[in-house]
Amino acid sequence: MAAEAIGWWGVPLGILAGTLRSSAPFLFVSLGECLTEKSGKINLGLEGTLLMGAMSAYAISYLGSEKWGMSPAASPWIGVLVAGCAGMVLGFIHAWLSQQPKVNDIAVGIAMIIFGSGVAFFLGKPFIQPQAPQLPFFELGRLMSNVPAVQSALQISPLFLIGVGLAPLMSWFFKSTRPGLFIRAVGDSPDAALAMGVSIKKVRMLCIIAGSFLAGIGGAYLSLVSPGSWNEGISSGQGLMAVALVIFARWNPVQCLWASLFFGGTQAVGPALQAVGVDSGIYLFNAAPYVLTLLIMIITCSPKRTLSGAPGALGTISG
Amino acid sequence: MSKTPQSRIWIANGLGMLSRYNWRKIAEAIALPVGALLFSLILFGIFCAFCGKNPFAVYGLIYKSAFGSWRSFQGTLLRAAPLMLTALCTALPARLGLMIIGNEGALVMGGLGAIAAGLLLSYGSITPSPEQLQNVSGIPSAGVLLGMALAGIVAGGLWIAVVGALRHYRAVNETISSLLMNYIAIALMNHLVGGPIKDPGETIKASSFSLPEMNRLINLPTTRIHYGLFYGLIACVIAYFLIQRTTFGFAARTAGGNVKAARIAGLPVGKLTVMICFLAGSCAGLAGMAEVAAVHGRVNESLVAGYGYTGILVAFVARYNPIACTLVAVLLGGILSSGGALQRTLDMPDATALVFQGLVFLVILFSESLYGRFRVFKEPIAPIAAPPLPPSSSTTVSA
Repeated sequence: MAAEAIGWWGVPLGILAGTLRSSAPFLFVSLGECLTEKSGKINLGLEGTLLMGAMSAYAISYLGSEKWGMSPAASPWIGVLVAGCAGMVLGFIHAWLSQQPKVNDIAVGIAMIIFGSGVAFFLGKPFIQPQAPQLPFFELGRLMSNVPAVQSALQISPLFLIGVGLAPLMSWFFKSTRPGLFIRAVGDSPDAALAMGVSIKKVRMLCIIAGSFLAGIGGAYLSLVSPGSWNEGISSGQGLMAVALVIFARWNPVQCLWASLFFGGTQAVGPALQAVGVDSGIYLFNAAPYVLTLLIMIITCSPKRTLSGAPGALGTISG
Repeated sequence: MSKTPQSRIWIANGLGMLSRYNWRKIAEAIALPVGALLFSLILFGIFCAFCGKNPFAVYGLIYKSAFGSWRSFQGTLLRAAPLMLTALCTALPARLGLMIIGNEGALVMGGLGAIAAGLLLSYGSITPSPEQLQNVSGIPSAGVLLGMALAGIVAGGLWIAVVGALRHYRAVNETISSLLMNYIAIALMNHLVGGPIKDPGETIKASSFSLPEMNRLINLPTTRIHYGLFYGLIACVIAYFLIQRTTFGFAARTAGGNVKAARIAGLPVGKLTVMICFLAGSCAGLAGMAEVAAVHGRVNESLVAGYGYTGILVAFVARYNPIACTLVAVLLGGILSSGGALQRTLDMPDATALVFQGLVFLVILFSESLYGRFRVFKEPIAPIAAPPLPPSSSTTVSA
C-alpha cells in the first residue's frame, strides 16, 4: 500500500493517523461515561450502546440514501442523530432500571451489554453486506503535503473535532454552571443535593440518557467514519475500555481527551505494524489496548485511598 | 371458650414449624424468577411480533427444539454442561460480593491448559512431529483426562485468581478487569493457535493439534451427551455444600455481607477473595477442558461460543444458588440450542438468542426490586403472638 513508498516511516505515520482516526469512539464514550459517573451511577452498558449506535447510524445512512431518496451527503448526518437517539433509548432503560430499589447498576450494565449488542446484531443483520454513504473528512493533509500516505493520514473527521471541542466545554459545564453544580452535588453527596432541593432521580436519569446519547454518536463514528463498515466485531470492547479510561482520566473531561488519544494510539500500533509487513504476533499487538487498560487500572487504583476526583456516591447503593 | 386458644396454639405451632423452613421465602425465591422468565417470554414474543414473526410459532419452535424430544433434549443437555460450570464462575464470587464476568476468558484458558496437557501426555509434545503423531504414549486414557482436567482447572483458576488479587490488593474494579481479561485470553488463544502451537495440517481454521480419539471424553452410551455433564452437576453440588455448609463458605458469606465486620472478626478477607476467585475460575476452566476433550478435540476459535456470557445470566437467574444453577442451565441451554432451529425454520438471525438473553437479564434484575413487595410472601404474624385488641382500638375502628 501507500506505506511501502515511505518505508518504516509508515509506522509512526500510521500510528499518528490511527490516533486521529480511532480515538473518537473512546472520546465520545468516555465523555458520556464521565457525565454519567459524575452523577454517581456507573453505566457499563455503553459497550452495547456503542454497538447499537454503530448499527443504527449505518442502517439509516444506507436506507436514507438508497431507499428513501435522501442525498448521500445528508443521510449519514441523519444517521448520527438517530444513533444518538438509539443510545438515549438504551440509556433510559438503564437509568430507569438501575434506580429501582435493590438493583445493582453494574449488573444492569452487564445486562445492557448483552441486550444492546443482541438488538444491534439482530436488527443489523441485513446491513452487513451493503455499503452505506460515509461522513466526509476535512482533508487537512492536502494542505500540508503531496505524499499520498501523509494526505490519507491527516484526514480528520468533523465528528472528531466536535468531540475535541466537547471535552473542554463539558469541563466548563461542570465547573461553572448551575446544572453542572447540581450534577456534581448529586454524585458527590446525594444528601446535600436533596437538601438543595434537587431531584436525585431526575438528575441521574438525565445524565445517563445524555451520556448514552454521546456513546451512540461514538458508535456512529465507528460505522460511518472509521473503520467505516458495520459488522458484529466492530466495537470489540472499546465501550468497556472507555469506561476504564474514565477512571484513568480521574473523571475530568479534558483528561478524557488526552486518554482517548493515547488509547487510540495504542490501538493503531497493530495495524500500523501490519501495514509495513510485520505479521508475527499480530493478535498480541491487537490485544495491546486491553493489556494497557488493565495496567493503567492497576497503577492508578489503590486500596488505601479513594481516587482523587472520584464522585463520592459512586458505587454506593443510595438514592 | 377454652377450645379456641387450644386450636390457636396448634395453628401457631404448625406455622412455627413451617416458618422454620421459611417456606414463604422459598416460594418467593422460586416464584419471582419463574415469573420473571415468563414475563420476559412475553416481552420476547412482542419483540418477535414487531419483527413480523408469529410469537406463538417462535415459542412452539423453541419448546420443540429444546425439550420436545429425547433427541433434542440431548442437545439441550450438551449445552447445559458447560453453562453449569461457567455459571459457578459468577455465582461463587457473587457470594463474596464480587461481580466477576471473566467466564469466557477462564473457559478459553482452561481449554488451552487442557489441550497442552492432553497433547503432552498423549504425544510427548504440544507440537508433535509426524513421527510422534504415529505413536501415542502408553498413558491410560483416564490418566490423560485427569491431567487435562487438572491443567484446565489450574489455568482457569489462576486466570480469575489474578482478578481477585487485583481487586483485593489494588482495588481494581473486578467487573471491568475480568471483562478485559476475556479479550486478552481470546487474543492469546488466537495468537497461540495461529503460530506457536498451530497444526500445519489444518488449513481451514487455525487450530492446535488434535487429541487422539482414544484420549477424548466419551459420550454416555447411546447418546450425544458427554461425561462433562457430570462435571457440571458434581461441581454445582460441591459448590453448594462449600458455600452453605462449611466454615469456609460461612466466612465467605460473612465477608460478602459486610467486609468491615469480617475484618474485625479476623477473617482473612484477601485470602478468601483469591481462593474463591480461584475456585470460580477453575470451574470455568473445567468447562473449557470438557469442551476441548469432548466436543472439539482441539483448540480453535469455535471454543469461544458464548458459554461464558450465558453463564453470567444463568448465575443471575439462579440468584447465585449453585443447585438452582443446574436447573437454570438446562433451561437456558435449551433456549440456546433452539437458536439454530429459529435460524433455519423461521429465518431469524442468530442474534435472536442474544436478544432473548438480554431481555431475561433485564427482567430478572427488575424482579430483584420486587422481593418483599408482595404480601403473599410475607410472614404473617402468628395469631397467638398478637396482643388482645384493647377495647379503645375497636371503638376507633367502628367509628
